[in-house]
Amino acid sequence: MAETRDIAVRLTDVEKNYGSFQAVRDMTLDIPEGSFVTLLGPSGCGKTTTLRMIAGLESITAGEIAIKGRRVNEVPIHKRNLGVVFQNYALFPHMSIADNVAFGLKYRKLNKTDAREKVRRALQMVRLPHVEDRFPGQLSGGQQQRIALARAIVIEPDVLLLDEPLSALDANLREDMRVELKRIQRELGIATVFVTHDQGEALAMSDKVVVMSDGQMEQIGTPEDVYNRPTSRFVASFLGNSNFLGATVEDVTDGLVTLAVKPGEGGAMPIRLSIASNGRFRKGEAVQIVIRAERLCIGRAPESRGGPMNTFEGVVTNVDYQGLNARYFVEAGGQKLQVINPIDQHPAREGDRVTLHLRSEDAVILDDTGHVHH
Amino acid sequence: MSTLAESRRPWLLLSPALGTLSFLLVAPLGFIVVYSFWLRTATGADMGGFHLDNWVEFFTDAFYHDILFYTVRVALITTILCAVVGYIPAYFIANTRMKNKALLLLLLMLPFWISYIIRTLSWINILGTGGAVNYVLMQLGIVNEPLQLLYNEPSVILGLMHYLLPFMILNVYVSLSGIDGNLVAAARTLGATPFGAFLKVTLPLSMPGLAAGSLLCFVLGAGTYITPLILGGPTNAMFANLIFEAIIIQLNWPLGAALSIVLLVVLGTVVTVYGRLMGLNQISKSFG
Repeated sequence: MAETRDIAVRLTDVEKNYGSFQAVRDMTLDIPEGSFVTLLGPSGCGKTTTLRMIAGLESITAGEIAIKGRRVNEVPIHKRNLGVVFQNYALFPHMSIADNVAFGLKYRKLNKTDAREKVRRALQMVRLPHVEDRFPGQLSGGQQQRIALARAIVIEPDVLLLDEPLSALDANLREDMRVELKRIQRELGIATVFVTHDQGEALAMSDKVVVMSDGQMEQIGTPEDVYNRPTSRFVASFLGNSNFLGATVEDVTDGLVTLAVKPGEGGAMPIRLSIASNGRFRKGEAVQIVIRAERLCIGRAPESRGGPMNTFEGVVTNVDYQGLNARYFVEAGGQKLQVINPIDQHPAREGDRVTLHLRSEDAVILDDTGHVHH
Repeated sequence: MSTLAESRRPWLLLSPALGTLSFLLVAPLGFIVVYSFWLRTATGADMGGFHLDNWVEFFTDAFYHDILFYTVRVALITTILCAVVGYIPAYFIANTRMKNKALLLLLLMLPFWISYIIRTLSWINILGTGGAVNYVLMQLGIVNEPLQLLYNEPSVILGLMHYLLPFMILNVYVSLSGIDGNLVAAARTLGATPFGAFLKVTLPLSMPGLAAGSLLCFVLGAGTYITPLILGGPTNAMFANLIFEAIIIQLNWPLGAALSIVLLVVLGTVVTVYGRLMGLNQISKSFG
């Protein structure tokens, strides 16, 4: 565990109950200084509640929250020194942009010239330098979002909390703001907690992703970790397109597990796969294999990484043309598989008999409860 | 030619509304204006024509001016008290997490199901010499003889507040419930105390409702005669009482007509000026 002084926010066994409903439980998480941590999950998973507990907008039922090493459970919201950006911006409609941005500065002893200078710099940072005299209602959604960000960072908060700040923007703007937000966060070097249900945002922006479901953390890791090495069926299905195949362990040697995929209906020959895994599996054990749709390659085999290559045959039953990629539905060994491949001149067509390749490193084995073996 | 038909069309479509308004509002008002220039003779008959006597009487007799000022004063005090007292329940209803918010609003409307006169009369049972308050005070031995709580300015103002508070509460409630809860949260995270956030965010944003409620309270309060009639003493007569007196008691319709127009013009001016300053669309919102 890192030194306490390098930790901006530390949650220890944090819990939140509404009556008998457990909104958040067993939340233990360190957010290092300067890092961008995303709480990712479907609505109702407790991610926003967690953010609001850090901000002090929700009380916590049990556990402890510390900001910069200071326990803040009993510290009222206005004394926590946090910058919060809300989903709907929450700009004060009756104040000019300058007054909005300067709002938090009034509570931090500053003379007028310094305050004005800080407002000016914050507006420059969000690239909206000439709107001081306007009112929130006169700005577009994207501009309001930038002002909300300026208002949050101008007070030089200890932590920046972002509650789905991009979800109200339209798609193109969202991508731009994503880059912008990340740039500002990096320039300020401020620890940031970002709440979203959008996996694209989470993977693109974060240093660390915390995948949540049902009020609990499912997995913490770098975007690559959670995407490529999901530790549970929930994470695998929430992020990207995955195939889940029931299988039986046939042999375990040197970190390589040989499995027989359970054949579906139709009495097809079962597929045999060799998957790299550090888990301890017994022969005959029932497991689940997670295979990302884009890791299955049709036709040409991917470059080997040293492990064995799995190769098997299938029949394309449907093709979903997506421009850059095509999504194929392939029947193999009695199983229906989703395959997403870049389109290389001619996509395979319905009814084609194709060869599928899968590197042994490109799949994850979960136990039959849908979790990683330890 | 089609353009001619088209240009007539809006008027055609508006005609039922315009007809109703003219019949129910403009025509009677016209009669009142005409009546105000008539004269009541010693025989008790009204004499038509163009006489300025009623108007001269109003403009020269300080009695009318005093009562007009007194009316404005009572209405103003009532309005301010309603704003202060009404804000609290409005804030509560807007922010409560109770499931039965609709029930609270219904309770607010409940008094309207009972006649305003009966509601006003009920104060006699509470504040009268044999009323509940005096009974309790006497039983507790705090006073030896009943206090004179009725027939004075405070009892009139109390009666008016009783009548007008729901209008204030509803207007403020509509304004408050339209405020995004994240605004207060945002102010708090930026360093405002709960009360500071209220002063800087909630209060200014609820001003339209407060303003609309105040206008309604003022206009309704200044135009009432029942409350001062039932709960006021001889010195608490308000302007509408003069109109009531002139028309119903003295049967002097021409003078009553002139006084009615005075009150209409005064309140109309208040509404117009106020509307220019504050905007009136909030009122329609709270009833919509």
